[in-house]
Amino acid sequence: MADYLLWVAFFVLAMVVLGLVRVARGPGYADRMMAAQLLGSGAIAVLLLVGAATGEAAVVDVALTLALLAAFTSIAFVKFAADKERPAVEGEEGA
Amino acid sequence: MRRGTTVSLLLDLFTCVFVAAGAFFFLAGSVGLLRFPDAYTRLHALTKADNLGLALIALGLMPQVGGALAALKLVLVWLLVLLSGAAVSQLIARAARRRDSRP
Repeated sequence: MADYLLWVAFFVLAMVVLGLVRVARGPGYADRMMAAQLLGSGAIAVLLLVGAATGEAAVVDVALTLALLAAFTSIAFVKFAADKERPAVEGEEGA
Repeated sequence: MRRGTTVSLLLDLFTCVFVAAGAFFFLAGSVGLLRFPDAYTRLHALTKADNLGLALIALGLMPQVGGALAALKLVLVWLLVLLSGAAVSQLIARAARRRDSRP
């Protein structure tokens, strides 16, 4: 069972890496944010799987912390993107 | 004793099925994120991976962590991700819409 869980963790990690291609390719900030969001939830899933496979209960706490941090990261990203795009919009309205 | 092994076998089977289903949703989310044409459809694929993939994996792992409290913690992790994911998806969609509606 532990082997199986570790293989699934590896698979999910591979999927997250595949999703990271969108960070390089994505045309806008929103697409890159989505890949970061997938990275957060995928990493949480990997941590839960590894924690169950190794019987290490503390890993679940790491996953819990990561869940909090991933949310803050995405919100900071959105604020950054909004601030970056706002002057152009206001310039259009002022003109 | 025989009954105990049957129950643990069933629980292992439960874990196998649900964890595999969760991994499949992560596959679908990644492929959708790469292949879908615009930001909104990509967001649709991403939220499936976020909510359902993690939910199925957490549900499948619940018999393996040994104890009701540890299983409850998995549910808490999932609920936190669900809440933050809903908020963040909404923010991302709003940012994408603001970008698209810019003249």
